Amino acid sequence: MEFKTFVFYFLSTILVYASLRVVTLRNPVHAALHLVLAFFSASGVWILLQAEFLAIALVLVYVGAVMVLFLFVVMMLDINLDRLREGFWSYLPLGAVVALLMAAEMSLVLVGSFYDLFESNVPQTPGDYSNVKAVGRVLFTDYVYPFELASVILLVGIVAAAALTLRGKRKTKSVSPGQQVFVKAKDRVRVLKMPAESRD
Amino acid sequence: MVETLQQLLPGFLIPYFNMLMQLGQDFFGALWPDIVTVVWTVIKVMLIILPLLGIVAYTTFWERKVIGWMQVRIGPNRVGPWGLIQPLADGLKLMLKEVVIPSGADQVVFLLAPVLAFGPALVAWAVIPFNDVMIVANVNASLLYILAVTSMGVYGIILAGWASNSKYAFLGGMRSAAQLISYEVAMGLALVVVVMVSNSLNLGDIVKAQGQGRFADMGLTFLSWNWLCLLPMFVVYVVSSVAETNRAPFDMAEGESEIVGYHVEYSGMAFAVFQLAEYSAMLMCSTLISTLFLGGWLSPVSFLPDSIFWLFAKIGAFVFFFFWIRATFPRYRYDQIMRLGWKVFIPVCLIWLVVVGCWMMSPWNIWK
Repeated sequence: MEFKTFVFYFLSTILVYASLRVVTLRNPVHAALHLVLAFFSASGVWILLQAEFLAIALVLVYVGAVMVLFLFVVMMLDINLDRLREGFWSYLPLGAVVALLMAAEMSLVLVGSFYDLFESNVPQTPGDYSNVKAVGRVLFTDYVYPFELASVILLVGIVAAAALTLRGKRKTKSVSPGQQVFVKAKDRVRVLKMPAESRD
Repeated sequence: MVETLQQLLPGFLIPYFNMLMQLGQDFFGALWPDIVTVVWTVIKVMLIILPLLGIVAYTTFWERKVIGWMQVRIGPNRVGPWGLIQPLADGLKLMLKEVVIPSGADQVVFLLAPVLAFGPALVAWAVIPFNDVMIVANVNASLLYILAVTSMGVYGIILAGWASNSKYAFLGGMRSAAQLISYEVAMGLALVVVVMVSNSLNLGDIVKAQGQGRFADMGLTFLSWNWLCLLPMFVVYVVSSVAETNRAPFDMAEGESEIVGYHVEYSGMAFAVFQLAEYSAMLMCSTLISTLFLGGWLSPVSFLPDSIFWLFAKIGAFVFFFFWIRATFPRYRYDQIMRLGWKVFIPVCLIWLVVVGCWMMSPWNIWK
């Protein structure tokens, strides 16, 4: 067995195991941690495919930022699993349909690659080929409008998140540091001269 | 790899080295190149990690000495000559202490958290170029790799806070994590500007790009390093590094005036690993500043040769700078930390990003 194949199966085993644990663990924080592990192994698989930019971006964005915020939220929620499971049977039919659809899509992709329907074979590139440069060039030339559109949508998302949490004027008594730095000692402290009284 | 070794080894060793390679070739046959790669990689990793751990231990000693001198004290001077064995005594003490696990704590995550804090600070060294050839892994997108790896250090903190089953640790973890995430944004934006002017994501290429320019032609290489033409980014990056490593004046987690901190429930070696993580992150940040803004292994003037010792000198100077500001500045309040990160650094970075972009498109572009 080639070493690369061994690495692939090693990473995929961890990936499958971690993904299974995400949905089966009872503790939501542990589940989120397994999701982190799943992302991490997936980025390892992508590196095997020589997509180093995508792999690093996956770690940077999902592991480094998204999952941290996820953990923030999950840790602070008081999740009652029994109440979450109450509606299990009523949601089952809809869930089953979605699951079947997803399974069908994935098996289509698999079957398609068995019969060479897609041009999915990974091109072998020389060692000094810069993946980042290639992705950047394509993004900013051929796909510049979708790219800009996506960034505008993200910006709208940021503004919307800020607007949603803004509830009227702030009522805190915070002082502006711009004014704070101009404070002189004599504005705050008055030094009194008190001569000692003689005891005669 | 074999060529690299032949460049690095002193001349009298090369015949022995060639003999060894020939022997291995005869004995193992076709497997030999794979074996050589694995062994050589392990050696390279060891060559970085072992000295790093020693340097981290002595950085703590050096810090106590330096801060002692700055505050007109003596610092540790009892254990060994000039107190030089102090770090070993500290290490021994910490190892012999009991690791207390609070009741109701999540044991696995509690013990995993220090490891997760320390790991990224070590892994990032894999792509640091010490000079033209001395580098563990010369990957194309090494700067992205460092960003990705260092962004994982926050897990150690947030999990330590959660797994302790204590409100104080939890609040401290939330604070520290929010601080790290905020300053990461500013650091990332500063790095984007560096990448723009260097036209590469490879740390080695970024260093080499700093060795060119008008001042470098005049023999004053240190004026064409990135710190001068990107001065606002340099300042933002240095201050953010201090905040990112949880050092004073941004050390909300350890401050004496604070009762919350992500490691309040940790003791013994588990606590020491957090400290090790902080010091190795500090060395890592100094190395990154030296590499990205101060020309890495390049010599400051052209009549002196480029050498790895310049890199070490720059790292040492920055570590000293970290100690200096710790001994000098009063601690920030938490809301002031957040204000500095979000309302000052990020706008400065965004504006300077546009300025440098326009500068590069104009006829006065100096980075061609």
